Amino acid sequence: MKAEEHIERQDELLGLKVTIVSYRLGDKFVCAVYSVDPGHRLTRTEGVTRNEAESSALEKARWYVERSGYRRTG
Amino acid sequence: MATQYAEPNVLVSTEWVAQHLQDPSIRIVEVDVDTSTYDQGHVPGAVGWNWSTQLCDTLIREIISANKLDELLGSSGISNDTPIILYGDNNNWFAAWAFWLLKVYGHRDVRLMNGGHKKWLVEGRELSTDPPRVQPKTYKAQPADPSIRALLPEVQKAMRERRTMLVDVRSAQEFTGEILAPPGLPETCQRGGHIPGAKSIPWGKVCNDDGTFKSAEQLTQLYEGQKVTPDKPVITYCRIGERSSHTWFVLRHLLGYKDVKNYDGSWTEWGNLVGALVEKP
Repeated sequence: MKAEEHIERQDELLGLKVTIVSYRLGDKFVCAVYSVDPGHRLTRTEGVTRNEAESSALEKARWYVERSGYRRTG
Repeated sequence: MATQYAEPNVLVSTEWVAQHLQDPSIRIVEVDVDTSTYDQGHVPGAVGWNWSTQLCDTLIREIISANKLDELLGSSGISNDTPIILYGDNNNWFAAWAFWLLKVYGHRDVRLMNGGHKKWLVEGRELSTDPPRVQPKTYKAQPADPSIRALLPEVQKAMRERRTMLVDVRSAQEFTGEILAPPGLPETCQRGGHIPGAKSIPWGKVCNDDGTFKSAEQLTQLYEGQKVTPDKPVITYCRIGERSSHTWFVLRHLLGYKDVKNYDGSWTEWGNLVGALVEKP
């Protein structure tokens, strides 16, 4: 199998700049959300459509940004 | 100014890897930050190593022992003279860490696939979810080489004496202490900021958009512009030592700096240490 129909764009999630990458892998779509800086992957999800994969990835990424290590210390 | 890499043979292109998928004399290994990445599709024939359970001691915070490395490499079909081609996610963060670890234990021929998992994927190259067929071999690690690893006392000395360049490769927000760790990464700390005297040169500045390393000229300009020059000892650090091994790789192998160490304890050690001095801009 190969990644096809690769699309990459940048957006902002709760103040964090992110890169959203999606592509088709066989009969499913994959979406991954990366921080722009430092550049690590926040989430990776799959879906039947690109929209489904992306919605789910962004929801998980938002949860991480809200709930996990993104702690501003002031 | 350097116009070519000091050791160009430590990098291979995705094209080169694609042409060597059936080459039995090499071993391709994927090492990711997100350890589930390998199972979701890897370079055909590549072995996957989990950095958190296979390359580290799982009881104490320490790199894997020589004996454990012997077992891992042997079971991965690697002997002492097997060229190891490493690649991974996040522009080779943990692939670079594995490179550094293998050099600690003296493996001679280790190379990184330039651009890592990302470039392979974007180029639409073949991915597999099949486990590789591996013929086990015998491996014997060399005694650990302390010349490329900085432990806490050496970093404390470097901070006091200011003769060694401390290079913090984390993001600007981590360096300033605005955040303790990037979102979603579990290893964190009690205090934010940086080691007094450290220079902030985020790891990502060494990469092009496609994940490949910038040219020798660009890299030289980046570091020498910050007064990180080949005549000075350098210690790199980040949060848990993986991004800093990426920069260690650049300084040591692409630019040929002779005295570069990776502080793998990094901020999760320093930022949790009682009484450690912390600087905030």
